[in-house]
Amino acid sequence: MNFQLIGVNHNSAPVEVRERLAIPEQRLPDAIRTLVQQPGVEEGMVLSTCNRVELLTSSKQGTDVRGFLPTYFGINPESLNSHIYEFRQQDAVRHVFRVASSLDSMVVGEPQILGQVKEAYAIARGLGAVHSALDFLLSRAFAVAKRVRSETAIGSSNVSVSSVAVQLAEKIFGSLKGTTVYMVGAGKMAELAARRLMANGVSAIFFSNRTHERALQLAEAFGGEAVPFERLYETADRADIVLTSTGAAEFLFQRQHGERFLARRRNRPMFFIDISVPRNIDPEVNRLDGMFVYDIDDLQAVAAGNTAERQREAERAEQIVQAEVERFAARLKSLAVVPTILSLQEQCETIRQAEMDRIRGKLGNITPDQEAAIDAMTRGIVNKLLHTPITTLKSSVAEPEAASIHDIIRRIFNLNSGKPTK
Amino acid sequence: MPQLWLYVALSLYGVGLLYAVVSLWGGRPILTRIMLPAVGLGTIFHFVALVEYGMLGPAVAPSFLHQMESLLAFLLMAFFFVVYFRYKTASPGVAVFPVAFLLTVLASAPSSLANSPSPGVSNRWIIIHVGLILVGYSALFFSFFASILYLIQERNLKAKATGGGFWSRLPALATIDDIGYKCLVFGFPFMTLGLIAGSILAEAKQLNLFRDPKILLSILMWAVYMVLLYTRWSAGWRGRRAAYLAAFAFAAAVLAWSVNSGWHRFIAP
Repeated sequence: MNFQLIGVNHNSAPVEVRERLAIPEQRLPDAIRTLVQQPGVEEGMVLSTCNRVELLTSSKQGTDVRGFLPTYFGINPESLNSHIYEFRQQDAVRHVFRVASSLDSMVVGEPQILGQVKEAYAIARGLGAVHSALDFLLSRAFAVAKRVRSETAIGSSNVSVSSVAVQLAEKIFGSLKGTTVYMVGAGKMAELAARRLMANGVSAIFFSNRTHERALQLAEAFGGEAVPFERLYETADRADIVLTSTGAAEFLFQRQHGERFLARRRNRPMFFIDISVPRNIDPEVNRLDGMFVYDIDDLQAVAAGNTAERQREAERAEQIVQAEVERFAARLKSLAVVPTILSLQEQCETIRQAEMDRIRGKLGNITPDQEAAIDAMTRGIVNKLLHTPITTLKSSVAEPEAASIHDIIRRIFNLNSGKPTK
Repeated sequence: MPQLWLYVALSLYGVGLLYAVVSLWGGRPILTRIMLPAVGLGTIFHFVALVEYGMLGPAVAPSFLHQMESLLAFLLMAFFFVVYFRYKTASPGVAVFPVAFLLTVLASAPSSLANSPSPGVSNRWIIIHVGLILVGYSALFFSFFASILYLIQERNLKAKATGGGFWSRLPALATIDDIGYKCLVFGFPFMTLGLIAGSILAEAKQLNLFRDPKILLSILMWAVYMVLLYTRWSAGWRGRRAAYLAAFAFAAAVLAWSVNSGWHRFIAP
């Protein structure tokens, strides 16, 4: 079986190229049908996401679908050549495994890609464009993705600053459910973080801004409460999490504020997220027991740490993929001898049946018991005779002379076609 | 037979001990997977051993001191599972498993000490007195260890450390705090009732309580215990200050336990 995969992804092509090749969902069936009509192509599927467009085909003799994308989209092939990558055989298998396991994604470990591959597979399968070899390949790919996800921590680390903020808050408060957030200042990033915190179950949110109108607007948008900026210090201790993003040139919160908050909160911990530059919170506050201050650099360092951790996990995942590619190749090879085994069994069974009919004519009246005994005996002889050739065929798949063994057995038993003669 | 169950429990606790040791050096997934079933089974065998000894009576049972050690180990394991199912964390295992293992080793060693700690006093009263105090000890142990974990987690968060390993997989600060506090609240009445039961016993035998270091240390531990609870209630003390107090109470408890090799002075064999 020959596999070919061609495509473009976020590494090989800029978005201007990818967007020209993207195939919207409603056009996918048409693209798949056109693909499997290419000469020699037996099965085919198309994966089109915002980060990649890939064609996967299988064929008996080996085909070349490199020209498909430029022809299908009416684009000059020259302009695409440098962006298109191609994988064949084991490399194609490895690539499919890597994509499904989210190792080839822009954000390694992101979970969406597996769903997208599954969807592309379902569409192609529904059209009958995927049925045997690709079916086998894709079902293995899903199993590999599952293995990677369960055996490595590739999907567990977060990368963006707002998710790091949530991750840290959870390390302090366990769950964000029932916690209170105080937003000081406003800005895109702060809003994003607030949204993320709210999505994780924060129960109350306060807004304070030098321009009170802005605080009112935000409070309305988020269903929170606006607090006048002058009352910041009397009210901030109500929050478990304080997020600052003001343009203030000096520290808004200093050590003495922290001490006061702690006393009022009876030492319950407080988490300060300072995403403003210059910083709004004195690092001294972090020295107080139960006060945790993270500035933008700290958050980014944690995010970077997560990426490094992800990298480590990705390396482990690559090893899993490599082992699975080898297993897949071995299983594919063993599949190649299946038609020969079937036709061998079929041919012998035909001979046995013919001989049974002949003996029935010669013996005349025999009891059902006698017939059953003859039937069992002949079946036994055939099975014993076939045992060695079949086991030799099966065990030869891993050996270098597999093809010649295969050929010799076919010749000895006069098996003309690879397919069972039904 | 009960001795055999105790040995089985001990070897299963060995898996827990191994887990505890290996965890501190990065951990092995295989150990993490078999640790819970192993120590769970160990705890069940341990329970069977305790019940069988109880049923067989004083003629066959090991020395009273050994039974106390065994009971304490069992209570610690039981506490571990309560915490595990309530908070979904196996972190306390790192401290509990080695201690439970050690206590079970001591408990299963042969002994020639007397079976009854105090001839002439009803064994039932002594069992109630010791049992209550041991539940209190177990709770105190958990509370103490939780306060250490709290300190480590607090330090991790302040240092903005993102490294891997066992210490980065600790439960959330609030969870650790909750474990520590709940254990404290749970253990206090047991400790108090245990001490009251002890003083009733001593009263019955007309002994001078204040000449026994074990009793003095126990009273000291109880006082610190109360201060711990009070500061928590009134000022919400946690973290460093609470950990110091808990360490002090725990040290007093360990001393009270080990002084006079487990016996009160007036009944020492």
